[in-house]
Amino acid sequence: MRNRLVLLIVVALAAAACRSGSNDPDVLRLATTTSTADSGLLEALLPGFESQYNARVDVIAVGTGQALSLGEAGDADVVLVHARDREDVFVAEGHGTFRSDVMYNDFVLVGPIADPAGVLGMSLAADALNAIAAAEAPFASRGDDSGTHTKELGLWEAAGVVPDPTKIWYQSLGQGMGATLQFANETGSYTLTDRGTFLAQRATLSALDVMVGGTTIDENADPALLNPYGVIPVNPDKGGVNVHLAEQFVDWLTSVDVQRQIGEYGIGTFGQPLFYPDSEPWKNR
Amino acid sequence: MDTLAEALVNALKLLRDMDPALLETVGLTLQVTGAALVIALIIGIPTGAAIGLSPGVRGAGFLIPLIYTGMGLPPVAVGLFVYLLLSNQGPLGGLDWLFTPTGMVLAQTIIAFPLVVGLTMAAVRGVDAQLPVQLRALGATRRQTALTTLVEARMGVTAAVVAAFGSIISEVGAVMLVGGNIEGRTRVLTTAIVLETRKGNFALALALGLILLALAFVANFAFYRLQVRRGGGS
Repeated sequence: MRNRLVLLIVVALAAAACRSGSNDPDVLRLATTTSTADSGLLEALLPGFESQYNARVDVIAVGTGQALSLGEAGDADVVLVHARDREDVFVAEGHGTFRSDVMYNDFVLVGPIADPAGVLGMSLAADALNAIAAAEAPFASRGDDSGTHTKELGLWEAAGVVPDPTKIWYQSLGQGMGATLQFANETGSYTLTDRGTFLAQRATLSALDVMVGGTTIDENADPALLNPYGVIPVNPDKGGVNVHLAEQFVDWLTSVDVQRQIGEYGIGTFGQPLFYPDSEPWKNR
Repeated sequence: MDTLAEALVNALKLLRDMDPALLETVGLTLQVTGAALVIALIIGIPTGAAIGLSPGVRGAGFLIPLIYTGMGLPPVAVGLFVYLLLSNQGPLGGLDWLFTPTGMVLAQTIIAFPLVVGLTMAAVRGVDAQLPVQLRALGATRRQTALTTLVEARMGVTAAVVAAFGSIISEVGAVMLVGGNIEGRTRVLTTAIVLETRKGNFALALALGLILLALAFVANFAFYRLQVRRGGGS
């Protein structure tokens, strides 16, 4: 009986080991933000990379904070995130080798249609936040150290307001964008969101509307609401990092062809792209 | 491995200088889970005892499998159900319980209730079948019979309390959906652990996990003492 059990374990382990044999695709661990995954962009793009390089991409969709710490620990081969200052620090501290522009979209401030703080149509998000704080109108914060949360904190700073989670109107959720939007919709709160996620979920957000940022990125008059995405291969000195495939991924993602696909994604469904291409090869095409 | 060791050291440091936010989270966790447990016990133990003391009651063939299924309710599904119930579009939207501790108590009560009923029922059935018969013959009322049987079945009833407590203090699915993980208002230990892990603050997440374990131990120790003392006194 005991021998049989041992045999069973050995067979199971061998079967598991076979799965990572040499004929199988190379694996790339991509740590990225929930926005790129939730928008469906990666699902649309990645099969192209996987077939071209005989690779498999394991997407770990988390907040920017965790994506960067996954890279820092060498638990990811490449990171695709959106928090420019933190990306620069990541590279400067030697966790990543270099950062490349990939694409951008924009943030919008959404809020209840009743607009208790009277911010509809303001052109600068900081002014609107100031008004929300003055009116003590409910505001839902991601509160999860994500790229969007980092942006929100920067905007509060620009507004000269220190948001305090002990105040009843400032609600720090610690949840993803989708959950935060649903929360805002239920509770009549304002929140900062990337336009893509808002558009993607709009059908279920009947109580919310864009307050600052207009209906398309062209109408967004606040440069502070720009949301650039960067890709960074993780430093190979972490050990166990697939740096070769990571660099191939960066080249592929910034190539003119893929950039064109990025720019076209979402037009069919939302009437406007969710992301705008922004890589060096694309700008120099 | 370095991360794990480092996280452990940092976890102990955080525990040493308990900060107010941490205490608040611990406090809310105990309040929500405690309230849900008490409600589930108040209605669950009599229900379980009643079912256990009336074998062959009509519909038992359907009722008992239903209770057993309820004992394995996925917290996240209960959370979703309660969310839809309490949402503005839901039938109980007018209560304004969504994203409040009250809503969380409701969800956890639903999770704990079948566990209490099922295990109490099993404990009561485990008592010598002659006992209730003899008690009734000696002139005990139904209530006295039930109480005496429950005391006799106290090991099993304690197991019901422990199982219900363990399942709700450790669940994250329902409190995340229904509570919303709002800092200072509906954030409990489990949702804080998810959040801190997502932020990459592994040390803090681990510290919270250790606190959760410690709480569970203290509570179970108390339940055990209670059971032993009750046993000695009767």
